[in-house]
Amino acid sequence: MTHVATTPQFKQNAHEALGDVQLQQALGNVRTGFIDKRAKAAAKLPEFEALRDSARDIKNHVLQHLDLYVEAYEAKVKASGGHVHFARTAAEANARIVEICKARGAKTVTKGKSMISEEINLNAAIEAAGMAAVETDLGEYIIQLRGETPSHIIAPAVHLNATQVEADFRRVHTHLDAARDLSQPTQLLTEARSVLRQKFLSADVGVTGANFLIAETGTSIIVTNEGNGDLTQILPKVHIVIASLEKLVPTMEDAAQILRVLARSATGQELTVYTTLSTGPRRAGDVDGPEEYHVILLDNGRSNMLGSEFEDMLRCIRCGACMNHCPVYHAVGGHAYGWVYPGPMGAVLTPTLIGVEQGGHLPNASTFCGRCESVCPVRIPLPRLMRHWREREFERHLSPVLVRGGLGLWAFFAKRPMLYRFSTGLAMRAMSLIGRAKGRFGWAPMASGWTKTRDLPAPQGATFQSQWKNRK
Amino acid sequence: MSERPMSTARDEILASIRHALNVTAADAPRRAAVAARLSAHAKGIIPQRGQLQGRALIECFMSQATAALATVVEVSEKDVPGEVARYLRENNLPATLKMGSDIRLNALNWAATTLSISFGASDGADLNGLSHAFGGVAETGTLVMVSGEDNPTTLNFLPDNHIVVLRAADIAGDYESVLGKIRDRFSGTLPRTVNMITGPSRSADIEQKMLLGAHGPRRLHIIIVA
Repeated sequence: MTHVATTPQFKQNAHEALGDVQLQQALGNVRTGFIDKRAKAAAKLPEFEALRDSARDIKNHVLQHLDLYVEAYEAKVKASGGHVHFARTAAEANARIVEICKARGAKTVTKGKSMISEEINLNAAIEAAGMAAVETDLGEYIIQLRGETPSHIIAPAVHLNATQVEADFRRVHTHLDAARDLSQPTQLLTEARSVLRQKFLSADVGVTGANFLIAETGTSIIVTNEGNGDLTQILPKVHIVIASLEKLVPTMEDAAQILRVLARSATGQELTVYTTLSTGPRRAGDVDGPEEYHVILLDNGRSNMLGSEFEDMLRCIRCGACMNHCPVYHAVGGHAYGWVYPGPMGAVLTPTLIGVEQGGHLPNASTFCGRCESVCPVRIPLPRLMRHWREREFERHLSPVLVRGGLGLWAFFAKRPMLYRFSTGLAMRAMSLIGRAKGRFGWAPMASGWTKTRDLPAPQGATFQSQWKNRK
Repeated sequence: MSERPMSTARDEILASIRHALNVTAADAPRRAAVAARLSAHAKGIIPQRGQLQGRALIECFMSQATAALATVVEVSEKDVPGEVARYLRENNLPATLKMGSDIRLNALNWAATTLSISFGASDGADLNGLSHAFGGVAETGTLVMVSGEDNPTTLNFLPDNHIVVLRAADIAGDYESVLGKIRDRFSGTLPRTVNMITGPSRSADIEQKMLLGAHGPRRLHIIIVA
């Protein structure tokens, strides 16, 4: 019951996104906000680069001993009175969550923000079983009202403007005064707060994700700014955590190391407002908290990534820095990627999770500018991993005929250096002459895909090779 | 609910990991390495900012908490009830307060104020909540709260205004020091919930503009006592 991916139509999606005036305006918020905030937060902490190394090393250590950390974690969750349920696939995870909810006769399930729950499309499973699933993160709530998927892993509604949110609230919150003023974002926030407060207080089960699972203590950690994840997990009788295998860290000290790079990389905050450690159910003497604590430990392809050329991707801590810094994401937004995970991390992860046949376009949607790798808090070599996918796609003859033909033509010239230099030199001089007046082309033969949304710069008259030679 | 079918999933997942890593379950050196790592509690890199002492430590906490949009004051212990009353009055808030059974809070002279005080977990109807922190972390101005009857977790999230008493002696430079103290206090385990709180609730989900008071408290006031 996973989301139907539109990833195979990536080119069409991207084309439409580039022409979507409203989306382009909203994407401006990504281009201007995130990059500057992360840079300032990193600059304020002299140890930031060393902490990135530390975070990378912790994750690598865990991956090399993952079986043993899973066992240690499971034992500690049990010792604290909780339950661990292993799920090989999305379907198994959904079935187990629905089973736990039904055993408590649940009607309403509140949810903290969780990308894994998007990956397995948990809401559809809960609703198919006759229960209501209520997203409580403001961004997730907005896109749930619209029947959309997140367009960003930490800012799910970043593709929207306030006027669209206002229209959705008026459409859905029909019990409120139709003449109310919602022209200010604070009014939208206040309305969502009061509507969702009732949902929190009446929910039977709360589902959250996890940013970390601590093997030492059997603890799950969530980080939020709104506090919705906390209200989701402390008010209902049952707290279910859905997390994938690679969230494990050995100790609280290890979690603290990675926390120092997580928020700074994501939003530029030094730490998120709420960092919450949850261990088992309510204890003797507690006057609040859930009576049951369950963890769904999901594989869904992770164990197959171990030991493969994509193993580095399992270090990902889902901060979103790669997409915040990606010129392709800036241009087309998250929905164009067509499934759950967008941006560079999505371009690597999506083919592993839904297959290269469906997700093969995404690793091609990169200029290999390297900004993603330069800001990744756990130093994942994202461009290299995307290149691995391109090689696989080519090897399996999944690339389109035109691409293969083009590469073949280029290879013909590249293998004949004299001919290559002569023909490119000729072409550069010709384009330089034609484009001299404006310095750019608004249209060029066979390049309309490029020139439709931006100009093609005119060459200055010399090839790279000849300039290089002159400089020597 | 039967645990049977999932034990197959468990075995298959562990087998799949071991196959990928090319290891077996009975690998003594690997097990020893993991056991050592789990018991060592080795600290990694602690920022300079997290290693301050004395007055500089307290001031770092105060400036970081203020940067996170909390308000912070320092008072002597006997003046805490008066400070709570002043804060509520000056922010035009009702003179009501909900708190847990923490003896350090209950022992204060509340009779000297006109506050109407109730006790226990919050059911969502309380405007003002008072808690005692387990500790504070100076490097980010973070409060560390532990769950229990003394300081119910619901008080950290449901009231609109959250007032927290923090002892200056309980402020440490780094997260690791406070988390380690909790581990010692709870004999190697953790309480049900540990909340690390850095400023009041907020959201930037609408057009990436930061707004306070999303789902948790709209205001966070920290009272440091010497």
